[in-house]
Amino acid sequence: MKALLALEDGRVFDCNSFTGPGETSGEIVFNTGMSGYQEVLTDPSYRGQIVTMTYPLIGNYGVNKADVESARIQVAGFIVREYQDFPSNFRSEGTLAKYLQENNVMGVTDIDTRALTRHIREAGAMRGVISSNQLDPKVLVEKANQIKSMKGQDLVKEVSTDRPYRWVNNQPVPLEKDITALDETTWIDNSRPYKVVVFDYGIKYNILRNLERAGFELVVVPAFTTANRVKQMKPHGIFLSNGPGDPEPVEYAIDTIRDLLGYRPIFGICLGNQLAGLALGGQTYKLKFGHRGINQPVRDIQTGKIEITSQNHGFAVDIESLKTEDVEVTHINLNDNTLEGFRHKGIPLFTVQYHPEASPGPHDANYLFNRFKQLIEET
Amino acid sequence: MPKRTDIEKILIIGAGPIIISQACEFDYSGTQACKALKEEGYSVVLINSNPATIMTDPEFADATYIEPVIPEAVEAVIEKERPDAILPTLGGQTGLNTAVAVAQRGVLEKYNVEMIGATLEAIQKAEDRDSFRKAMRNIGLRIPESGIARSMDDAFKIASKIKYPLIVRPSFTLGGTGGGVAKNEKDLQEMVEAGLDASIISQVMLEESVVGWKEYELELMRDRKDNAVIVCSIENMDPMGVHTGESITVAPIQTLSDKEYQTMRDASIAIMREIGVDTGGSNVQFAVNPENGDMVVVEMNPRVSRSSALASKATGFPIAKIAAKLAVGFTLDEIPNDITGETIAAFEPTLDYCVVKIPRWTFEKFPETKDELTTSMKSVGETMAIGRTFKEALQKGLRSLEIQRYGLGADGADRTEVSRQEIIDKLTIANSERIFYLRYALQKGFSIEEIYQYTGIDPWFLDQINKIIKVEETLTANRDNLTPELLLTAKREGFSDVQLAQITGTTEEAIRQKRYDLNMRPVYKLVDTCAAEFRAATPYYYSTYEQENEARVTDRKKIVILGGGPNRIGQGIEFDYCCVHASFALREEGVESIMVNSNPETVSTDYDTSDQLFFEPLTTEDVLHIIETQKCDGVIVQFGGQTPLNISDDLNRVGVNIIGTHPESIARTEDRKLFAAMLNKLGLIQPPNDTATDVDGALAIAERIGYPVIVRPSFVLGGRAMKIVYTKEELVNFARHAIKASPKYPILVDKFLEDAVELDVDAISDKTGETVIGGIMEHIEEAGIHSGDSACVLPPQSISPEILENIIDATKAMARELNVVGLMNVQYAVKDDTIYIIEVNPRASRTIPFVSKATGVPLAKAAAKVMLGRTLKELNISDTAKNTAHVSVKESVFPFNRFPDVDTLLGPEMKSTGEVMGIDDHFGAAFAKAQLGAGQKLPVEGTIFISVKDSDKQAAAAIGAKFVEMGFSIIATAGTARFFDEKNIANHPIHKVSEGHPHIVDAIINNQVGLVINTGTGMGSQVKRDGYMIRRAALKCGVPYATTIAGGMAMCKGIAELKKRNIAVKAIQAYHRQG
Repeated sequence: MKALLALEDGRVFDCNSFTGPGETSGEIVFNTGMSGYQEVLTDPSYRGQIVTMTYPLIGNYGVNKADVESARIQVAGFIVREYQDFPSNFRSEGTLAKYLQENNVMGVTDIDTRALTRHIREAGAMRGVISSNQLDPKVLVEKANQIKSMKGQDLVKEVSTDRPYRWVNNQPVPLEKDITALDETTWIDNSRPYKVVVFDYGIKYNILRNLERAGFELVVVPAFTTANRVKQMKPHGIFLSNGPGDPEPVEYAIDTIRDLLGYRPIFGICLGNQLAGLALGGQTYKLKFGHRGINQPVRDIQTGKIEITSQNHGFAVDIESLKTEDVEVTHINLNDNTLEGFRHKGIPLFTVQYHPEASPGPHDANYLFNRFKQLIEET
Repeated sequence: MPKRTDIEKILIIGAGPIIISQACEFDYSGTQACKALKEEGYSVVLINSNPATIMTDPEFADATYIEPVIPEAVEAVIEKERPDAILPTLGGQTGLNTAVAVAQRGVLEKYNVEMIGATLEAIQKAEDRDSFRKAMRNIGLRIPESGIARSMDDAFKIASKIKYPLIVRPSFTLGGTGGGVAKNEKDLQEMVEAGLDASIISQVMLEESVVGWKEYELELMRDRKDNAVIVCSIENMDPMGVHTGESITVAPIQTLSDKEYQTMRDASIAIMREIGVDTGGSNVQFAVNPENGDMVVVEMNPRVSRSSALASKATGFPIAKIAAKLAVGFTLDEIPNDITGETIAAFEPTLDYCVVKIPRWTFEKFPETKDELTTSMKSVGETMAIGRTFKEALQKGLRSLEIQRYGLGADGADRTEVSRQEIIDKLTIANSERIFYLRYALQKGFSIEEIYQYTGIDPWFLDQINKIIKVEETLTANRDNLTPELLLTAKREGFSDVQLAQITGTTEEAIRQKRYDLNMRPVYKLVDTCAAEFRAATPYYYSTYEQENEARVTDRKKIVILGGGPNRIGQGIEFDYCCVHASFALREEGVESIMVNSNPETVSTDYDTSDQLFFEPLTTEDVLHIIETQKCDGVIVQFGGQTPLNISDDLNRVGVNIIGTHPESIARTEDRKLFAAMLNKLGLIQPPNDTATDVDGALAIAERIGYPVIVRPSFVLGGRAMKIVYTKEELVNFARHAIKASPKYPILVDKFLEDAVELDVDAISDKTGETVIGGIMEHIEEAGIHSGDSACVLPPQSISPEILENIIDATKAMARELNVVGLMNVQYAVKDDTIYIIEVNPRASRTIPFVSKATGVPLAKAAAKVMLGRTLKELNISDTAKNTAHVSVKESVFPFNRFPDVDTLLGPEMKSTGEVMGIDDHFGAAFAKAQLGAGQKLPVEGTIFISVKDSDKQAAAAIGAKFVEMGFSIIATAGTARFFDEKNIANHPIHKVSEGHPHIVDAIINNQVGLVINTGTGMGSQVKRDGYMIRRAALKCGVPYATTIAGGMAMCKGIAELKKRNIAVKAIQAYHRQG
């Protein structure tokens, strides 16, 4: 079915919908991973974004129930060069098209994704509309210009859980208690000595899988949970999750983190890293087109070792703004020297901008989950 | 951390001659390594016996030893050069094995040389099956279980530990007999019995079968800080059971989810660590059970490989270059990514296109061997194609193969009547044509599931092929109404104009015109390692049908060089060498060089060889698009062998400027009548000959000029379908063959000059009409052996100065007459002091690199400059270089050990895959080195076996006497023995095979024979069979052999020299200095 992709700057691409009629809009971003499309689709950090995969053939190995990173597809739309309708893999349970349709997410194909990627690389991530209903480019470009900008939007509130839940045996388990009833009696698993409160700003399941594997008992709480509430739970550690969009408008989270600084060891990933940076007085800014892929080289400054990392972020912490006496930059991106991780010298806190939980992507940075455990043990 | 400063001089071991499984990829990797190390200020010493390589050009190393890649020679080089380090991982298996042997001899300790890149321990851990198995267990991985059985009992014991099905493989057989897949005890009993019988050492190997599992490869790199990156992932379309070099392969992996891929990634890094490859590149192959994802490790190569060359070309990440830098202490983050110019090598390339590699086979050269693909490699080359989709890349790849196919069928070359049974047979047993049988099967209505059952090819690939066929069906249904939309769809699915013309019943030109009228042309996209995330600095392109064109067009003068496409017998690295030199010449002349080629193994397709690289099929359509897009000033077709010449007429016709010798001159040498007229005019003669278009015509000519005659098709390289025939029956048979090989062109019947001496002359002419003789080579084997197969020597050893003068005059006269601008090669035969012109080729020949290495004159580069308008005088090139004080011998290397049922006799059809060079002050020593370089282990004591046809007996007696004098003993078959007795040459008679045990083959197998001199008669099936058994046994047991009397004589001289002294090595820079 014929469709159009219109960008806010007026550029229009022909394409075909492989999920039936529809219209969708969002910020257009590209991901350079050659595998892992299902993980990308279900990563809440992509909320509000239309993702184009730079690898042209997508759908080859189908979809399955195991490879999801949240309970639903999160992207606003999906753009590929050639949709593959005949998946082949022993774990495949269905086609990508059907999966998108079930989630009411539009997918388009037969588009020069490389041209689109180059356009974004040069002009920056931008708003766009895909439609099979409206094929007048002018109208669509106009629509693209009416979309709310990523900057200044709090998308966390859209993806964070409403209610706290436990994470047990790689599954979310709803808590009986209301958020206001959370206290130290919430912890029930004696086999797991360390209790961790996990802030959900749009968390990927694989972070929870990794934290569980590291031996923690986990309670996941909504983004707006207060510092006081957390303190009443008397956890051993606090985790700040990934999430979508601009960290700056998520003031409630920044305030909470500020109140928790020094209370217990904190580990943050991605948006968690940005929020912690803001809480420490740093600044964040929007990258031109972000880092989205599974081949980003990051150096651990202390050891000199390089990790090939999975990344998905459009905002970053200004490395200069964090250069205070208390903060030590621990990781940098070797492609563009942006900040990839820092720790606080005085209080037990470390965060990374990239995704050590991978999924998709390499497992090089998986050791960080154990480092969190060590930090808790030492504190 | 910066590079090491405690080492200054590094020895690189090359891969030696091109053989099956070791082709020009090791010139590509070696050249990169030499450049990288020199760039860092190291002194580079190189040993490689292959003169057709770029790496052995004198500029690429400080001291270049064109000496045999054997431990003795490497030791001699070490003794002389005293390097600080030896880098063994860039010369393929040959380089690795030789380095290990050198280390084991204690040479490295003696001279205090450090092995860098990989340690001896790591190499042994990866290469030794048992150590490797243990290492894999240590890290929780496994390899297929296996065991060695010397009896039936052993076999059952082993079988009880491994699950059926089992692969039974007899060890060490003469020919590929025995073995198979045993599904149960009964099969096992039968196969082991047969296998033990077929094995010379009564031994069979049993192995857990993973046949039919999916096969994957990862190419990875690791630095000394333990940083590891995956450069490329590859999926084999053909499942396990077909050697990866025989498989159609695809990059990146297509049918694994990220979860499965990451497991494989983790495993490959763990393997590299466990084996202990601390710096450099490795290749790990995995097999995955398609039913449940079970994974086993197939093998690991602790070095750069054919796959790493492919991976480099597929991604733009130069593995060999970076391996060399890592070996001297750099880490990945210290090495820039040349392609982007702004990022570093510590990352994992990501592709936004699909790469398909297809092997190139030459089964037609070895009709005795069945066209079946196994775990042993038989392909001689490969082609790579890049497209935005698999379908596009596959179709481009098929038309790059140069097997007269223009995509996946529908190109006029399809078989029409194929039975279901034949399809099933061809699907079940993998073969070089299977890809086309997938098409026939789908067209006949086989389901994907059914085809999967027969082939084990993943359904995803089968569906892709099915989609191509569906497009073809749509095209066929609309053949009279080819809409622009449909045309575009077809182009986007990789259909060539030839296919579209065939489907719609028109011509290629008409389709092209239709497209041009619609302004439907391909765009060019960049291979940039990063899927457009960063800007690319290096112009490395592929074509596709998309919206946006990224081609950068400069306003400089631009010349396109057309490469040689996939390696095959008759057209290999020699032509790539010439193309690379053409590129260097253009650069030196300030002209923009644009390389077009489809062979991923080559130096020509390195991204920094030319100003722009187009990785494209070498068809008229694809080349024209490039010329038009780039607005090129001219095209060089002289250097890429037959490939560019095949399309030069088409290019010329549409007005492309072909620089250098005019295409009409080429036609004058190819057209027999025009050629004869020219010779007549110049007062030169050729063997009596004529041209026939059918079998009867050929017979009439033969009657007229007298047998024996040579029959061959015009316009083909490598003597394809060429044969010497002695009788009418033979002639009928072979004339049919020749007509089949090139139906468009007539066949040639020439008088065969028995016992003539052949010579090859390479010359170069400029626009002023001046001609310089580059070199004159005398063939060692007598006339009738293809010039590409014959050994040859420069300067000639047995030709009188008068004859040589006449040959020079004739060459210059022809060059003038043909208005040659560039290179020309002439083959002469001299018989009874008469000079016959056999062949003239006004283009680069296979011998150009050899001559250049022998004389120190870079002929190909000079030729390119001459074609741009320079004169020889300006370039300071004169005739004198050809008379070198030293002697250079070229010897050919044959793939007979890969083709179990093939005789090793030489003939007019070329069979060699590569060449080596021996260089020394005297013929004997140079010849001996060439033999050693070619893998012949010449004996200095022991027994020589001689058995020759009657006409050779006189000459054989002289050889025999010489060997006796040197202290060898001689065994001979009855006829030869009697003749020797008459001449009082001491010898012991021995049985032919047909005379019963103990016979000569027993003696060879029992290691009692040091050299076999056996010339065949070609007549009489029993004699033939006996000779065949002897030659195969010698081949299998690694006993050196000569199949011509001239070759035997040269061996004798070489051995005499070897007895006198050890190998003395000398760098070619030193030879060239002394002139």
